Amino acid sequence: MSTDTRERKAERIRHLLETEGEAVEENTLGFNEGRYESVADLEEYEALKDRAREIKEDAIERLPELIEQLRETVEENGGTLYLADDAADANRYIREVAGENDADRVVKSKSMTSEELEVNEALEADGVDVVETDLGEWVLQVADEAPSHIVAPAIHKSEAEIAELFNEQFDPDEPLETAEELTMFARERLGELIADADVGMTGANFITADSGSIMLVTSEGNARKTAVVPDTHVAVAGVEKVVPSVEDLAPFIELIGRSGTGQDITSYVSLLTPPVDSPVVDFDDPDLEFADRDDDREFHLVLIDNGRMAMREDEHLRETLYCIRCSACANTCANFQSVGGHAFGGETYSGGIATGWEAGVHGQDSAAEFNDLCTGCSRCVEACPVKIDIPWINTVVRDRINREDGGQFDFLVEGLTPDEEPGGVDLQKRLFGNYETLAKLGSATAPVSNWTTKLGPVRTLMEKTVGVDRRRPLPAFERTTLVDWFEDRGPRVSAADADREVVLYPDVYTNYIDVERGKAAVRVLEALSVHVRIPSAPGSGRAPLSQGMIDTADEKASRVYASLAEHIDAGRDVVVIEPSDLAMFRSEYEKFLPESSYERLREGSYEILEYVYGLLENGADADRLRTGDGERAPDIAYHSHCQQRTLELDRYTRAVLEDLEYDVLESDVECCGMAGSFGYKEQYYELSMDVGDRLADQFTTPETSDRLVVASGTSCEDQLEDLLAREAVHPVEVLDPRSRHH
Amino acid sequence: MTTTVERFETALEDLEVPVRRTTPAAFDETLGRVANEPVVGTPLPFEGVSLPAWVDDEPTPGALESATTGVTAASLGVADYGSVVLPSTPEGSEPVSLFPERHVAVLRERDLVADMPTAIERLGPELRDGGSAVIATGPSATADMGALVKGAHGPKEVRVVLITDAEDADGGEP
Repeated sequence: MSTDTRERKAERIRHLLETEGEAVEENTLGFNEGRYESVADLEEYEALKDRAREIKEDAIERLPELIEQLRETVEENGGTLYLADDAADANRYIREVAGENDADRVVKSKSMTSEELEVNEALEADGVDVVETDLGEWVLQVADEAPSHIVAPAIHKSEAEIAELFNEQFDPDEPLETAEELTMFARERLGELIADADVGMTGANFITADSGSIMLVTSEGNARKTAVVPDTHVAVAGVEKVVPSVEDLAPFIELIGRSGTGQDITSYVSLLTPPVDSPVVDFDDPDLEFADRDDDREFHLVLIDNGRMAMREDEHLRETLYCIRCSACANTCANFQSVGGHAFGGETYSGGIATGWEAGVHGQDSAAEFNDLCTGCSRCVEACPVKIDIPWINTVVRDRINREDGGQFDFLVEGLTPDEEPGGVDLQKRLFGNYETLAKLGSATAPVSNWTTKLGPVRTLMEKTVGVDRRRPLPAFERTTLVDWFEDRGPRVSAADADREVVLYPDVYTNYIDVERGKAAVRVLEALSVHVRIPSAPGSGRAPLSQGMIDTADEKASRVYASLAEHIDAGRDVVVIEPSDLAMFRSEYEKFLPESSYERLREGSYEILEYVYGLLENGADADRLRTGDGERAPDIAYHSHCQQRTLELDRYTRAVLEDLEYDVLESDVECCGMAGSFGYKEQYYELSMDVGDRLADQFTTPETSDRLVVASGTSCEDQLEDLLAREAVHPVEVLDPRSRHH
Repeated sequence: MTTTVERFETALEDLEVPVRRTTPAAFDETLGRVANEPVVGTPLPFEGVSLPAWVDDEPTPGALESATTGVTAASLGVADYGSVVLPSTPEGSEPVSLFPERHVAVLRERDLVADMPTAIERLGPELRDGGSAVIATGPSATADMGALVKGAHGPKEVRVVLITDAEDADGGEP
C-alpha cells in the first residue's frame, strides 16, 4: 500500500468518524448491550448455539439434496422455485415476473440479498417503480445512500438528519421533527404505495425444505403487508437459507433477535407457506368480503447461487454460509462501533463476517477494501449464534489478498524478513508480521535503536515507507532480554523445593520490551513456591498471523511446540503472560499443529493470572504476594484483553485481585483499539484512538481517574498510556513482592 | 413455582401488552372492554365462543381502513416470550391483525405452551399442510427514525384475551 493510498484511507475514515461515527456508535453500543442482557436470560444459550450450528452444518452439507426437496414442496404448494446462477440471472427472472404481471410497482421488504442483486436498479431500468417499505431502507432510498448495517440499515442517520431529509424531499404541511412524526408520515405514505402495488418482494431468513415455508424476522409489519397485499409474491434468498424442517427453526427464532439487536424476539416472525391462504387486499374493491374472494396467488421463490456453491467447496469460506445475518459480529466489533458499515463493508455486506460474504459473492477485491479493519480481537466469536470463526475467515482472505500480486520481488525487505511469504506481501504488513526480527535487532542495538526511533526524520521516513504513524510513540527495546536476565539470575526456588514446575513462555513483547512484567511474573511464581524456567522460544506467530501471513505463523507454531514439548512431557506447566499469545496456543494452533500436539499444549498452558488463581485455590500462601489491604495498596482500574475475554480468562484476574482485597473497577469495552500493530498504522491511527476513547472515558471518571491502570495485554497497556498519559501495568506487577506500586 | 399462565402474563407485562382472563360466558363483555369501535374480526374457531354482533365479522378492505380494532384468534401462546401465534385464514386474519391500530388476540388457556420449541413442534404439521402463521410478540415497532416508535406498519397496541378452560376458573371476572 503506497503512502497516498494510506492517506486516502485515513481521510475516508476521518470523514466517516466525523459524519456518521456518533450515530453508529450510539446504536451499535445499544444493540451490543442488549445482546449481553438478552442472552444472559437464556438458560440454554450455549446449547442453542451448538444446535443452531449443527443444523447449519448439516443443511450446507446436504444442500443440493435439500434444494431439490424444496423445489418439490414449493411446486406441490403451487409456487415456483427458480435457482439463479448469479445476480444477472436472478434479475432477468424477476424482471420477467414483473413483466408478465404488467407490474407498475414492486414493493419490497428489507433484504440484503436483494441489495446483493441490485434488483431495484434492474427493475427500474424497465420502468418499474420499486419502493422499499422498511422504514430504514426507505430513508436510504429517499437519500440515495447505501445501508451501513445489515439489520438496521440507516443507523448512521440521526432523527434530526432524517427529519431534514423528509422535510426537504416531501415538503409536508407541518415540518416533521420527532421519530414518532417521521414514522407516522412514513407509515401513511408507504401504506398508500403498498395498496397500489402489483408485486411484493421479500427476502427470507430461513426456508424449510419439508414444507416450502419461508421465515421472515421483522418488527415493523411491512414484510407482512408486502407478502399478502399484492397477489404476486417474489421471495429472494441465497441458497444457504434452506434448512431441512420447520422444527429446525426453533433455535434460530430464539437466537436471531437476541444476537442482533438485543431483543428477545422481534415483533413478528412470519412463517409463510406460499402461496398463502390470506386474501389479497385490494383497496380498489373495498366492499368485497375477503371470504368471498377467489384469489389465484402467484409465488416465486428465487434462490441465488452467485458464488455460494463455490464457497461451499472452499474449506475456509464454507463457514460463512452458516451466517444468519444477525449483525452480532458488527455490533460487537470495536472498529465497527466507530465507523459503521460504510467503512467496514464491501459492495453489499458489512461487519466482521462481510469479508467472507464479499470474497464469496463479489470477489476478493471487494473484501480487500475493508478486510484490514478486522483486528482479530475475536470478540465476535462468542457473539456469533452459529459459532463462526470470523477472525479466521478474515485472516485467510487477508492471506489470499497478500498473495494476489505474488511473484513481485520486493527487494527492500526480502532479505530482511525471514518469513515464509511470497514477495507480494505489503511492506507494512511485512514489517509488523516480522516484529520478532525487529525486536531482536532493536534489543541487540539498544539503547541506540531507541534514540533513532525518537528522531523526527526517522519517524517521517518510517511513516512514508512503512506507514508507522508518527503520532504514535514506539515501544523502547531493552538491551537485556528476559531470557538473558533469567539466565544470569537463575531460579530462586529449586525444583526439589517446589510444589510445581513452570516454563514461563518469553513472548516477544515481554522478552524484548516489557521485561519488567516478566521479572514480576517470575517473582510472583517463586513466591508461591514454583520452580521457574524460561527457555529460549520463538514468537507464537500472532504477529504474522494478524497480517494474514499464515505460512509464517504455521512455521512459528511448529517451532514453539518443539521448544516446549519436552517441558510438557516432563510435567511442567506452560505459563503465558501475553493473552494474545496464549490465544494462539489455545485456538489458532488447532489449525497448525497435529491434533495431539495441539491438545497437549492447550491443556498444559495457562494465562499467568489463571495459574496464580489455581495455585491460590490449591493452598498457596497468598500473604507472600502484595495484597490490597496494605496502607499504600493501589485501587485498580482494570482492562482485560479482548482475546483473554473470549477465552473467558478475565475472571481469574478479577478473582485474584478481589480475593487479595484490591478495590477493582473493570472496563466493559470490547477492545482497547490498539490491537497489536493496528493502532500504529498510519491509515488507522485515528480510528484506533477513537475506539480507545471509549475506554479512556471509563478510566477518567471521578471514580477511576486516580486509580492505578492495570491491563493484561501489551498493546492495551501501550494504548492506555497513550490515551491517558498515565502509567499502565500488568496485574503481576501489582502482585509482585517487590512491586513499586504499593 | 410459577405456572405457565403466570409466566405468559409476566412476559406480556414486560411487553406492555395488557391481558385479560375471562370465561366463555363473559367473553363478550371482556372483549367490549378491550376493543375500541369500530371493530372488525375474523371467526373464532373455539367452541362456545364467538364474536359478538357489534364486531364486523365479514371483513373487507374498506372495513380494514375504517376499523380501530381488529380481533383474531391465536392458535397458540408462548409463555416464555408473551407471543401469540396467529394463523392465516381465507377470511383475512392476517390483514385484520395487521392494519387496525389495535389488535386483540383471543387465546384459549389450553393453547398456551411453555416455550418456543414446543410451539414450533405444534406448528410443524400445520406448515407442512400448507398453513401459514405469524408469531406476534407485542406491537409493531421501529427504531429506524432515530428512536423507538410503536405502530410502524402494524398495530400500535396489542391486547390479549385469555379464555379460561373452565367456567369457574380464577380470573373469570370480565
